Amino acid sequence: MTTHEHEKERIGVYVCHCGSNIAGTVDVEDVAKWAGENLKEDGVVIARDYKFMCSSLGQELIEKDIKEEGLTRVVVAACSPHLHETTFRTACQNAGLNPYLCEMVSIREQVSWVHTDKKAATEKSKAMIAGGVERVFFNEPLEPLHVPIHPATLVVGGGIAGIQSALEIADAGYPVYLVEREPSIGGHMSQFDKTFPTLDCSACILTPRMVQAGNHPNITLLTWSEVTNVEGYVGNFTVTIRKKARFVDEDACTGCGICQEKCPKKVIDEIYEAGLGYRKAVYTPFPQAVPKYPVIDTENCIYFEKGTCRACEKFCPTNAIDFKQEDKILTVEVGNIIIATGFDLFDPRRISQYGYGRLANVFSSLEFERLTNAAGPTNGEIVLRDGKTKPTSVGIIHCVGSRDRNYNNYCSVICCMQSLKFAHLVHERTGATVYNFYIDMRTAYKEYDEFYQRVLEEGTLFVRGKVAEVTDAARLPYEQGKLIVQVEDTLAGKQRRIPVDMVILSAGLEPRHDAKETAKLFGISCSTSGWYIEKHPKLDPVATMTEGIYIAGCVQGPKDIPSSVAQGAAASARVLGRIQQGEIALEPIRASVDEDKCSGCRICNDLCPFNAIIFHEDRMVTEINPALCQGCGTCVAACPAGAISGTGFSDQQIFAQIDGLLSVNFSHERVAELI
Amino acid sequence: MSKEFEPVLIGFTCNWCSYRAADLAGTARVKYPPNIRLIRMMCSGRLDPTFVLKALAGGADGVLITGCHPGECHYLEQNYKALRRYLLLRRTIAQLGIEPERVKLVWASAAEGVHLAAEITKMVEEIRELGPLNWPKWNENNGYKSSLPVQVEEVSS
Repeated sequence: MTTHEHEKERIGVYVCHCGSNIAGTVDVEDVAKWAGENLKEDGVVIARDYKFMCSSLGQELIEKDIKEEGLTRVVVAACSPHLHETTFRTACQNAGLNPYLCEMVSIREQVSWVHTDKKAATEKSKAMIAGGVERVFFNEPLEPLHVPIHPATLVVGGGIAGIQSALEIADAGYPVYLVEREPSIGGHMSQFDKTFPTLDCSACILTPRMVQAGNHPNITLLTWSEVTNVEGYVGNFTVTIRKKARFVDEDACTGCGICQEKCPKKVIDEIYEAGLGYRKAVYTPFPQAVPKYPVIDTENCIYFEKGTCRACEKFCPTNAIDFKQEDKILTVEVGNIIIATGFDLFDPRRISQYGYGRLANVFSSLEFERLTNAAGPTNGEIVLRDGKTKPTSVGIIHCVGSRDRNYNNYCSVICCMQSLKFAHLVHERTGATVYNFYIDMRTAYKEYDEFYQRVLEEGTLFVRGKVAEVTDAARLPYEQGKLIVQVEDTLAGKQRRIPVDMVILSAGLEPRHDAKETAKLFGISCSTSGWYIEKHPKLDPVATMTEGIYIAGCVQGPKDIPSSVAQGAAASARVLGRIQQGEIALEPIRASVDEDKCSGCRICNDLCPFNAIIFHEDRMVTEINPALCQGCGTCVAACPAGAISGTGFSDQQIFAQIDGLLSVNFSHERVAELI
Repeated sequence: MSKEFEPVLIGFTCNWCSYRAADLAGTARVKYPPNIRLIRMMCSGRLDPTFVLKALAGGADGVLITGCHPGECHYLEQNYKALRRYLLLRRTIAQLGIEPERVKLVWASAAEGVHLAAEITKMVEEIRELGPLNWPKWNENNGYKSSLPVQVEEVSS
């Protein structure tokens, strides 16, 4: 790059202090002064530093300079472009400069926050600004691509978060496809008896919502269905859904339940009843299920096993049973997608010293929920595994699988309150002595701590310490026939052995076992624990980095019902905003082919996973369809003739940036350029 | 700064994973040495091998290429293409007389700020051990006269 060429452009450099966030580690004034003096040859005409570039005054500074000094390009050295690129691009646009002629340099996330040596950080900032200046010279004025937004939305997961999302959008008058893998919507909340801290009956508050979702004219309910493929991009997704065969004709079935009554095959219900109760081979998971149509479980149905029986078919008053039904593949067009697929419960079998699955009277939290549920296997009686004996003492262990380096490091949020709820229910219904074994009590939310105080006043005993073991090996006469909880009482500073009749393990929440596959299907990212990553942890908790895909509820991280509902509503607000706009502006980062340079070698042809590359046999040249191109740039890198260029990330831009980055602070001689 | 050799590294990052990992490292105030300078691309698939050669020729002592983990590419499978190019590139630079260790590929998801910082720290130390990238003598004379370096290392993989 010669000085002569650079004289054509007038570049402004703006260095942000970000309060002390940047200025604390980088000598911002020195950097700005340096840029003004040393990058003159590269076209820099103004270099300023300012306390907060993103403030309206900071933005006005840029706008004023563009207008008065005739700047043709702008470099802002501040935070990550993922935070403020739009801010500064808009400022440029307001002053009449094409927004894509603005380049950001991240000297906060990549310099001041990660380095401590002020001198080195200052030098690195200079190098990065030099890189930005060299690069911005080759930025081209671009126009965003406008694409229409399809008004329909796909909601994946019919738990409370998904139901809330679907209802909000449907109520606003737009179509929703609500897809649920299980035969009924309702999710985990439908399995609970009471909800903390108000002790509302879970079913009483949930089922009206379920019915509303089931009957809503704008909601297409697809239960017993799974998303198998997602194509397209924001505004225009094409989603393939497999609607599994129910073997029940939905148009004919009235939901009378006779088939379930007559079915001779009893099956242990591992999902809804957590293994404590039974269902039939033709079943609805629970009486208030939405939709009301049952499904036939082909693995257990006698007809599917042996070819005879057909009792359900014989007794069905409307001839709704259809053994010939097959899976249906549906394709729907949607503009946005909300993922609310929830969580799996930590399997307490993994902590073998707690004896779950080995000692009969150790229960998981979900099992206990079913025990206390009036519609559950014991009609709400809290009894031991034998089905009749009431416990006289119960131990509740917190943080099972949470806050534990061996399993999950995170806090599952809900377990403290869930355990307090269990303590209250045991106390109320059996009068038994209740021990809560906790590490720390976490009751931070509206009315939560008040509930804790209430449970304390009820006489529940609290032992602070992590339980070492639950055993049935008695050492003393009064331990005979009991489960002994071995725990270090860290407040008293001694070991205790507490004999109880029943132990409840307050299991933590884990990402769905197939969370990774689901993330891949929708093109979003998982954290190392497996929870889905939001666009910004504070300011954008329901969007993902993939435009048009939102998350709600426990997929984003463990949370309670109110937070899940809030996220469900928040995600739909974002979607509704998009639909209302009618179209969306996409980054114009696309590849294009210079047909004069294309030799027709076809090396690029197989590289595009979006089928955006078309080869014209007649002219022996390749063309890229900008509507399908996603802008990854793989073909640009592959073209041996340099015929493909990528807007926004061209070879020239990157070469220039490399030059700039390497032009500052060398501890050894710079070698003559080879390329 | 001490007189100890301070290497300069260029890092290529993917907009969807490793660049965000770098953001995350920043937000979490995870420290790593200031010897690396990052360049954002939309995808590791955008990495033209000439970018790496350009960086090495221009004075960088090492180049770190980063991308989404296999199977997690934002553009479905383009990181596999980066992997292929990387393996070929390592062989090429070995033939040019450059230690192949000066170019490294690391996968880092958007959640792995700590991992990325650790990998950067590790690579800076490795390059410090290797010392400055000394171009072969023949380069100085702008010709191909004298002895070509013969320690061409075979790259496994």
